[in-house]
Amino acid sequence: MEYFVQQLINGLTLGSIYGLIAIGYTMVYGIIGMINFAHGDVFMVGSFIGLLLFLMIGLTAATPLVVIILALIGVLIVAMALTAVWGWTIERLAYRPLRGSFRLAPLITAIGMSIVLTNLVQIAQGARVKNLPPDIKDRLAGGFTVLRGADGFDAVVSYRQLVIVGVTVTLMAFFTWLITSTSLGRAQRACEQDRTMAALTGVDVDRTISITFVIGAALAAVAGVMFLVYYGAIDFYIGFVAGIKAFTAAVLGGIGSLPGAMLGGLLIGLIEVFWAGYVGSEYKDVAAFSILALVLIFRPEGLLGRPEIEKV
Amino acid sequence: MAKAATATMQAGDSEPTSLGAALADAATAAVIALLLAMPILAYRSVEQAVSLGMEARWGAIAIGVAAVFAGRLAINLLGPRLSGPVGELFAALKSAIVRVFHAIGGWRTVLGMLLMLAMAASGAGKLSTPRWFDLLLIVPLAIGVWRRSPAWLFLGLALFFPFAPGASRYWIENFGILVLIYVMLGWGLNVVVGLAGLLDLGYVAFYAVGAYSYALLAQTFGLSFWICLPLAGILAALWGVLLGFPVLRLRGDYLAIVTLAFGEIIRVVLINWQSLTGGPNGISGIPRPTLFGLEFKADGGFADYFGLEHTSLHRIIFLYYIILVLALVTNWVTVRLRRLPVGRAWEAMREDEIACRSLGINITNTKLTAFSIGAMFGGFAGAFFATKQGFISPESFTFWESAIILAIVVLGGMGSQVGVAVAALVMIGGTELFRELEIYRMLVFGVAMVAVMVWRPRGVVSGRVPTIALKETRRIGGDLVKEGHG
Repeated sequence: MEYFVQQLINGLTLGSIYGLIAIGYTMVYGIIGMINFAHGDVFMVGSFIGLLLFLMIGLTAATPLVVIILALIGVLIVAMALTAVWGWTIERLAYRPLRGSFRLAPLITAIGMSIVLTNLVQIAQGARVKNLPPDIKDRLAGGFTVLRGADGFDAVVSYRQLVIVGVTVTLMAFFTWLITSTSLGRAQRACEQDRTMAALTGVDVDRTISITFVIGAALAAVAGVMFLVYYGAIDFYIGFVAGIKAFTAAVLGGIGSLPGAMLGGLLIGLIEVFWAGYVGSEYKDVAAFSILALVLIFRPEGLLGRPEIEKV
Repeated sequence: MAKAATATMQAGDSEPTSLGAALADAATAAVIALLLAMPILAYRSVEQAVSLGMEARWGAIAIGVAAVFAGRLAINLLGPRLSGPVGELFAALKSAIVRVFHAIGGWRTVLGMLLMLAMAASGAGKLSTPRWFDLLLIVPLAIGVWRRSPAWLFLGLALFFPFAPGASRYWIENFGILVLIYVMLGWGLNVVVGLAGLLDLGYVAFYAVGAYSYALLAQTFGLSFWICLPLAGILAALWGVLLGFPVLRLRGDYLAIVTLAFGEIIRVVLINWQSLTGGPNGISGIPRPTLFGLEFKADGGFADYFGLEHTSLHRIIFLYYIILVLALVTNWVTVRLRRLPVGRAWEAMREDEIACRSLGINITNTKLTAFSIGAMFGGFAGAFFATKQGFISPESFTFWESAIILAIVVLGGMGSQVGVAVAALVMIGGTELFRELEIYRMLVFGVAMVAVMVWRPRGVVSGRVPTIALKETRRIGGDLVKEGHG
């Protein structure tokens, strides 16, 4: 029971991270119908920016926990802003010139951008695994015991897990409000339904698409910093697998749907953690990919998505 | 030519910009570059005794930002028409550059000349051939000029390459064979992506199936390369059918993602199924191919039989011709298939799936044939790769291989056989030239992928010759080719 509860907590934490990345995929797919292949690498860039910001602040073992948490929030905000610039630039350089071109074109530039980002970070930061300074990592690893087990195994919620889930819930609430109740969100939904018609009614389509990329990148940065805090180690290659899993999450939840992306993320996180906990970690990636294939074959519209109507 | 004309027309249509606006725009670009570099490029995290430390490199960043400023300014000045005397000066300069390029004769000639230079430039270790042999280089050039077709030029060059002046062992192995493997993979994937219009991001899975099939069959049953080659192709095709059957009813992007997932699943299985595949350590000691039973070894092999002096170069040249023949067979089969009903069905399906279905074509079967034929060529290439390397491991079959092959097909112009060959030559050969700059190689590759796509979204050879025509065959311009069904 304790083991199960612990896996559940871990799964929800991991799922929150996947969900945050998945939102970037689902929003971009919803609005311009392309798979932003470089999104996983934007997540990786955000993670590295977070690491460097932590190093700049230079926390020590004597720093009180409150200051560490405040620093974490500061790092989150700055990393979101800087990663958003990356998201904007990628869209401007690689996707906007190809708008209106055939469908494969932006996918190819996205793959190209993914290669560029991976290798740029590898050159700039080196290929080794980077560890978060133990001063920050260990302090955030402490937590509360949720369920005390008879055989000495307790189910624990750590501070970092609380931070991750808390930040995710806050951001989800904020962005749901943004999409449903602001003029920006209205413009976005209009572009999603019909870009030409939206342009005719005075929506600046290019600007709306840029903002979509900016939001997606900012959320990916949050996921990146969370990933860094949770695992304590990153390298330039984390973007690929995390990206594919987040995309799986977006598809599972129904691509184009924000709550779907979050739900899909949580499910993928849970499946991965339970698979690793009860079956073995060797094939946990296969589990995620198989789910992706099965969902697409049997329910292409996902759990919360609407089936697409084919027009002739 | 038409491209240049449209470019001038667009430049003429756009608003003339002032020098001040151009400067302001360049400054904005520089600020964005600075924000991008901050902190991920400006600081490097370095391992220290206890935890990570940092290292600043503002000098490099300053140069980079200045370069962005200058580059953007140059684009602004050379791109849209600039007002005033400065603008006229730049316009004159621009047209002069365009004129020089056209005087040389366009990109094909430039590429051909570069190839010649590259072949002549490299040095030692070549096969001792008589001096007059070098003159044979003129033959493919003459045919190419005479037939007015780059395809013949490339074919001639490819046939002659191992004996070309300056073609050393290193060049044949790392340039010639490698480029041809990718040409073959590109042509194989072209059947799926270019002709049938199915986006396959997991093509490397079939390459891996071919390679492992050959390695395992040869090691377990002691079968020779020439028996295993068709078997590897058949097995890969079977896998194509097996994977294709459930996924082929998916639409464009979804199909891409599922094929990607299958590619990754196969790789993860190869890593984890230690007892069969050797896991991450791979399989080594894969037997080499033989020429009608003659091995390429010091005693009693190929060299002895023909009374030649033994050199390891013979084996390399033999491998080169095997892959050349395999690639040409791929090309020949594809070209022939295009004229058969099934090939026409592929192209019809690519242009419009719904119209195709309503004409009574069985979409599932048509997709499956394309998928499995593409897979079969991937399997052949995989078997060749295994025998060439003598060692395979899951590391050779990552997603990036699929991405590179797909990039070759798309950048070459989907459906164009010559375009794919040119793209493979430029992308693989080009990055192979940068071998010394190992870590920058893939970066350059990625930048090139984005740049070429933005510059020519339809690929290098964007025009298309219809397979069947009413009276005369005419090329269709890239901008008229419209298929949006991925």
